[in-house]
Amino acid sequence: MMTEISLNILDVTENSTRAGAKVVHITVDADEEKDLLTVIIEDDGCGMSKEQLASVKDPFFTTRSTRKVGLGVPFFREAALQAGGSFDITSEEGVGTKVTAEFQLSNIDRMPLGDITGTIHQLVVYHPDTDFVYEYRFNGKSFVMDTREFREILGDIPFDNKEVSDYIKDYLTENKFNTDNGKNI
Amino acid sequence: MKSLEELKAIRDKMQGQVGLRAESEAGTRVVVGMATCGIASGARPVLTALADAVAEKKIPDCAVTQTGCIGLCQYEPIVEVIQPGKEKVTYIKMTPEKALEVVDKHLIRGQVVTEYTIGNQLK
Repeated sequence: MMTEISLNILDVTENSTRAGAKVVHITVDADEEKDLLTVIIEDDGCGMSKEQLASVKDPFFTTRSTRKVGLGVPFFREAALQAGGSFDITSEEGVGTKVTAEFQLSNIDRMPLGDITGTIHQLVVYHPDTDFVYEYRFNGKSFVMDTREFREILGDIPFDNKEVSDYIKDYLTENKFNTDNGKNI
Repeated sequence: MKSLEELKAIRDKMQGQVGLRAESEAGTRVVVGMATCGIASGARPVLTALADAVAEKKIPDCAVTQTGCIGLCQYEPIVEVIQPGKEKVTYIKMTPEKALEVVDKHLIRGQVVTEYTIGNQLK
């Protein structure tokens, strides 16, 4: 089991990058009035067949050969369901996959969102072949980071260059603070 | 508020600096397992500690990257150090603190921290 929702996001998004996604959209939306935290991960990777999609919630299904279990999606699903939420995954071969997890914000069994900024930073910096569009919303306020904008400016300067990496970290940290005033979700 | 103008300034400073992408083949590669098993065991802070230390101590020709499941889930977080002409070193059950030790001893001074290697831990 993961200890933070952001770790589930990191894990499930790794699947998107391994599915050859060019662009991954990640949305984290916390709404205290609706008492709802919604996480959406949508990619344009290779997608899954109907059979794969049907088995993906099964912990004893995996496409990898290094081990016999695949716990990424089951962990994420359990985390949502145990927090009075819901979980949905749709996929189409050649089009992409969309994962939606909802959590009841105030549920005692909802794990903390955790270090979402560190997670998004890590995804962006260590996946040079994937672009990310990250939207963070809190009570209706929001900001969007689109790495395609960064790439357009930087040309062939890589994201793992220290100054660029620090910039991205600061960009995420400052914008998150401006959106939620530093609230720990 | 961070603006894209700041990023442009970074780019302008970088342009003209050669060898930004030169490493990879010739240099040291530090690889952290980042599949479900690694993440659940705490690989994320290990990766962050390694990347920050390598950048801070300006270790030349050293790239920190991540990979999927290495197949030894019970020993995660796993860090592999791959250097040209040398045998791959596999560190297991890593923490950010142990990772910093590996940076100081192995990456900077060239001494393998045998205490944390898989060969030693499984004895």
